[in-house]
Amino acid sequence: MNSLILRTLAPVITLLMIVFSVFVTLRGHNSPGGGFIGGLLAASGVALYALAFGVAAARRMLRLHPLTIAAIGLIVSALSGMASALYGVPYMTGLWFDIGIDLSTVMSFDIGVYLVVVGAFSSILLTLEETEDE
Amino acid sequence: MLFAPLLGAAFSPLLVRALGHNAAWILALSLFVPFLVFAGHIDTVAAGGIITGGFTWAPTFGADFLWKLDGLSLTFALLISGIGTLIVLYSGAYLKGHPGQGRFIAFILMFSFSMLGVVISDNLLMLFIYWELTSITSFLLIGFDHEREAARRGAYQALLVTGGGGLCLLAGLLMLGQLTGANSISGLIAGGAAIRDHYLAEAALVLVLLGAFTKSAQFPFHFWLPNAMEAPTPVSAFLHSATMVKAGVYLLMRLYPVFGEMDLWQTALPLFGGVTLLVGGFLALRQTDLKLMLAYTTVASLGLLVMLTGIGHEKAIEAAVLYLFAHALFKGALFMIAGVIDHEAGSRDITKLGGLGRAMPITFAAALIAACSMGGIPFFAGFMAKEEIYAALTTGNLAMIAAIAGNAMMFAIGFAIALKVFLGPAVETPKHAHDGPVLLMAGPVLLAIMGLAVALVPTELHQFISSPMASAVLGASAHVEITAIPHISLPFLLSLLTIVLGAVILLFLDRVRAAASRLLDIIGWGPDRGFDQFVSGTVRGAWHLTRFLQPGRLEIYLTVVFIVIALSLLWPLFAFGELPAWPSWPALQIHEAAFMLIAVIGLVAVLIARSRITAIVALGIQGFAVAVLYLLFGAPDLSFTQFMVETLSVVILALIMTRLRLDVTDRRPLGHVLFDGAIAIACGLGFALFLLRAVEIPFNTELTEFFSQYSKIVAHGANVVNVIIVDFRGTDTLGEIAVVTITGLAILALIRLRTAPVTRTFNDPDLEERERI
Repeated sequence: MNSLILRTLAPVITLLMIVFSVFVTLRGHNSPGGGFIGGLLAASGVALYALAFGVAAARRMLRLHPLTIAAIGLIVSALSGMASALYGVPYMTGLWFDIGIDLSTVMSFDIGVYLVVVGAFSSILLTLEETEDE
Repeated sequence: MLFAPLLGAAFSPLLVRALGHNAAWILALSLFVPFLVFAGHIDTVAAGGIITGGFTWAPTFGADFLWKLDGLSLTFALLISGIGTLIVLYSGAYLKGHPGQGRFIAFILMFSFSMLGVVISDNLLMLFIYWELTSITSFLLIGFDHEREAARRGAYQALLVTGGGGLCLLAGLLMLGQLTGANSISGLIAGGAAIRDHYLAEAALVLVLLGAFTKSAQFPFHFWLPNAMEAPTPVSAFLHSATMVKAGVYLLMRLYPVFGEMDLWQTALPLFGGVTLLVGGFLALRQTDLKLMLAYTTVASLGLLVMLTGIGHEKAIEAAVLYLFAHALFKGALFMIAGVIDHEAGSRDITKLGGLGRAMPITFAAALIAACSMGGIPFFAGFMAKEEIYAALTTGNLAMIAAIAGNAMMFAIGFAIALKVFLGPAVETPKHAHDGPVLLMAGPVLLAIMGLAVALVPTELHQFISSPMASAVLGASAHVEITAIPHISLPFLLSLLTIVLGAVILLFLDRVRAAASRLLDIIGWGPDRGFDQFVSGTVRGAWHLTRFLQPGRLEIYLTVVFIVIALSLLWPLFAFGELPAWPSWPALQIHEAAFMLIAVIGLVAVLIARSRITAIVALGIQGFAVAVLYLLFGAPDLSFTQFMVETLSVVILALIMTRLRLDVTDRRPLGHVLFDGAIAIACGLGFALFLLRAVEIPFNTELTEFFSQYSKIVAHGANVVNVIIVDFRGTDTLGEIAVVTITGLAILALIRLRTAPVTRTFNDPDLEERERI
C-alpha cells in the first residue's frame, strides 16, 4: 500500500505492538494477557508491516520462516511439558524455580504458545498476501 | 543410556561436516557405550536377576517409562547396540563422501534408539510408541535415496505394511490391557491365565499377531522386506541382522508366556512360519542380486523363528534362541560383505561376478566363515542352532520337513554367495576389485569370526546368552547344553541330509533359478503386485468419495453448513418444547446501550454495503462493539482476544475476498437474496433462542470456585483464564497449538498447490481426468 503516513508510522507501530505483545504474554499469568493474545498481537504487527512495506520486507524482518517460528514454539511447549520427567512427576506438571523472579515451565509453555500463534498466523497472512501480489 | 544414540544423532550432521567420514569413529561410541553398559549387566542377568527401573509419566493414560532387562531383552539390546556400532563404522566408509552421510548416520542412530526402546520397555504404550518409531525411522532409512522411484516405493510400502500392522498391535495391546487391567508386559504375563480364559483372547491375539507378522515379514506380508533392499546396504544389514524385522519375533517371544498354551497360537504360528520359511527360501533361489538373495533368506529365517516359537516346547524355544543369535551374526556379516563386493567390485549381480577370491582375500574368508555358519556346518554357531532345531522336531511331522527344505535352500544361497562370487575364473568387474578399508571390513570380519568363536566356547555362550534368554521366553529356568561338535544322533543325520540337499541345489543353482522363474511367471500375481493394486484402489476410491462429498463449489458447502446449523439449533427447541421464556428487559447503563447500538449499526451496515470491502469492515465494527461489551461485563481476557481475532479476521477476510475473482459489488437475483436471507434469519434466531435457553438454567459454579480457589495455590497465578490455559489444561493447549501449526502448514500447502504446476505422483489413471476438470 503506497501511503506515506502508513510507511512512516508502520515500523514504529509494529515495534510497539511486538514489544507490547511480549509484555502481554509475560504478565499473562496474573493479569489479562497470555501467550495466545500476545501471539495474535504480534501477528497483527507483522500484518501491518507487510501491508506497509510488502511481504518480502516482512519476511526479511522476521528472519526465520514463520512456520519455523511456529515449529520452535511447538517444540518449546512440548519440552516444557516433558521437563517434568526429570523430576519424576507426571507429564505437564508445572515446575517452579524461584531465583529472585519466578521462573517456571508454565511460563516457557506460554512462550511456546506465543511463538506458535505468531508463526502460524503470520504464515497464513503472509502467504495470502503474497499470492495476491502476483 | 537409552538416549545416547539420540544424542549422537543430534550431533551427527555437524560431526560429519567437520570430520568427514572419520566422524563415524566418534559416532559409533554413542552405541558402543550403551553396549558396554548392557554387557555389564550380563552377570546379573545370567544369575537369574532382572533389572528394572523407570518412573511414572502420564499415569492417566497408563503410559509410564518402565524398563526391564531380562535374558531376552538383554540379548536383543546387546545385538542392537553391538551390531549397531559396527554398522555405524561401516556406513562411515560405505557412504564416504556422500553429501547426506551425516543425515544417514543420524537416521541409523535414531533407528537404534527406537529398537532399543522396543526391547527394553516394559510398558505397553511405550512399547507401541517405540514400535512405531522403528517403522518411521526405517521409512526414512529405506527412502534415504529419495530421488529414486523404487526407493520411495520401498519406503512407503514398508511404512504402510508395518505401520498398519502397528495399529492392529495397538488395538491388541489395549485390549489385553483392558482384560487384565495391567499396563505393563510383566503385568500381562502375571495375568496370563485370566487372558487365556477370556472370550476375547483370540481376537486380541489375532490383532497382536497381525502386528508381529507385518513387522517380521511373515507370509503374506513378506513382500515389503525385499523391496526395502532399496535402502543403502548398511541399513539392510542392520534391519536384517539384528533389528526391525526381529522386533516381531521379539514380541512373540515376549508374549509367549501369555499365549503359548492357546490352540490358536500353536496352529497359526507354525503354519504361517512354515509357509514363510518355504516361500522365502524358494523366492531366494530365484534372485540373482546378492542383497535380494539374502533378503529372501531373512524372510525364510524369520519364518523358521516364528514356527519354532509357535511349536513352543522347551527345546523349540531353545532352538529359536540359538538360531536367532546365530542368524544375527551371519546375516549381518553377509549383508555387509554383499555391500563390500558392491562397493569395491561395482556389481551385486551374482551372474556377473566370479573369481574375486584372489583380489579380495579377506572378504572371501569372512564370507566363507559366515556361510559355514549359515549353512550349519559343524563347529559353527549355525550348526548348534540347527542341531537344536532338529532335536526339537524329531517327531517327523510337517514342520520338520519344512525345516529341512528351508535349511537346505538357505545352505545353497549362503554358499552360492561365498563360493560362486569368489571362486572360478576371474570375471571383468565394473571396478577394479580389492578389499575395503578398515572401516568397511571391521564389521563383517568381526561378525563372521564371532559366529565361529561363540561356537567354540559353548559353555559360556549358554551360560551368559542362550540359557537366560530361553528362560526369559519360557518363564521358567532352562539350560541349553548343545555343543558345536558333531555326535552321531538323529539330528546329526538330518543335518547331513540338509547339507547334501543344499549341495545338490547349489550344484544346479542356475537350472533351479530358471525353473523357479518360470513357475513364478506362470503364477504371475503376487502380494507385491496386490499391494500396488490395493494402493491404487484406495486412491481411486478416495477420489470418487471426495468428488461425491465435495463437488467443489463453496456456496453449496456454506449453504448446507448453515442449513444444518439452523436446523440443529431450532429443531430440538421446538420438538421438545424447550423454548425460553421471554427475557426481562435488562437495566442498561447508557454507555452499554450505546455499544449495543453500535453493534447493531455495524450489522445494518453489512447488509446495505455496496462493496465487499465495506461489508467486511462493517462486520469488524460489530465485532469490536461486542468485544467492548465483554470488557464492560467483566471478561477482559475474552475481550482482549476478541479484539485481536476480530482485527485479524478482517485482515484475512479482506485478503481472501480480494483474491477471489469476483465483481467488486455483489448483485444477485431476488430469489437468492430471499433464500440466503431466510437461512441467515433462521440461524440467528436459533442462536438467540438457544443462548437465552442456556442462561435460564441455573449456573453451576463448582468449577469456577475450584479454579479461583486453587489457581493461586497450585499454579501460582492470579489470572484464572491463563492458568487454565497453560496449567490446569496444559495438555489441551498443547494439542490446540499443534493444530494451529498444522493449519498454518496446510494453508501454505494449499496455496502453493494452486500456484504450482500439477506434478504427477502416483500412477493414477484418474489423474488426467482430474486435470481436465
